[in-house]
Amino acid sequence: MAENLLDDCVMTTRLDAVLNWGRRNSLWPLPFGTACCAIEFMSMMASRYDFSRFGAEALRFSPRQSDLLLVLGTVTHKQAPVLRQIYAQMAEPKWVISVGACASSGGIYRTYATLQGIDRVIPVDVYVPGCPPRPETIILGAMKLQEKITKESFRDRKEHLEAFYRSWDEQQARQAQGRTEFQAVRDMVVEAGETGQQRIW
Amino acid sequence: MIIGRIEEAKPGLVLDHHAFRGDSTAVALPERLLELAAFLFEEGFQQLLDVTAVDWYERDPRFDVVYHFLNLTTQDRLRVKIRLREGQAAPSLTGRFHSADWSEREVFDLFGIPFTGHPNLERLLMWRDFPGHPLRKDFPLDGGDAFCTGDTGTSYAGRPCSMEL
Repeated sequence: MAENLLDDCVMTTRLDAVLNWGRRNSLWPLPFGTACCAIEFMSMMASRYDFSRFGAEALRFSPRQSDLLLVLGTVTHKQAPVLRQIYAQMAEPKWVISVGACASSGGIYRTYATLQGIDRVIPVDVYVPGCPPRPETIILGAMKLQEKITKESFRDRKEHLEAFYRSWDEQQARQAQGRTEFQAVRDMVVEAGETGQQRIW
Repeated sequence: MIIGRIEEAKPGLVLDHHAFRGDSTAVALPERLLELAAFLFEEGFQQLLDVTAVDWYERDPRFDVVYHFLNLTTQDRLRVKIRLREGQAAPSLTGRFHSADWSEREVFDLFGIPFTGHPNLERLLMWRDFPGHPLRKDFPLDGGDAFCTGDTGTSYAGRPCSMEL
């Protein structure tokens, strides 16, 4: 019997499981550092906390080459279209970790200038609390993301990615009417707030 | 000290002046600001550190535009204020002080005070089609974003207001 000859050399599994195993253990982070959370992130990447233990030591500063967007710090309304463009440029599969109070909710900046949470303009997978969070906390966030990736089916992400690209088309349509990208995104955020939607995608 | 010299050389140029803990402030007429700046420059106040503004919402000339000068040889500092009604333009100091360029753009952006003679009077911080001027007292703190403070239509001072200022 051929199976008996192979014995321990062959293991059967599901395609999802083996691909997700590979994906979760080789995340390529793109740091979008705008504030003090980025300093904690540097500490997390350095030797003391050593994020490479989780297979994510290869930082890429190009969205084309990365699959984990780490948003580290305050994002203003003026930066919102930049963040959306970076997210749109990343190739699937892509995940987002929102690090710190500012990225997750606007934090202490409840003003006209600050986006009240990046989940209003791009999809977010894991929120890390703290102001700024300690490196251990960010690592815990990354581990939670790894758990999420393990359980993920390929079809799971389809819905919110489609919603994001619909909002992307809406933004392009508004820009075609002469709005700047800043005002187009801000108008969409304000309108979403008026209609009770938490997000524009 | 410098204020005494201004009053001696150019009577009437300084409308009012006061000092607090060694910081002198002079109040001047907007129309004579360029004349005052020229005199200060000759006296050695050759660095313009900052241009900013104050919105005194209920006062009649609503805005103060504040200039901070530094005398590079004596390290003396002088603050000059001019008072402007809403919509009234201030003369630009860019002809003499290059540092006034971005500072005046910032004041124009955040307070909506125009500067006559500025080479490129565009918004500095906010984007081009941003509605309103954020540092005015009647600008809503949340900028019209209902999820920000939850009381859109109310300014920082608690007064009703609109985005189109």
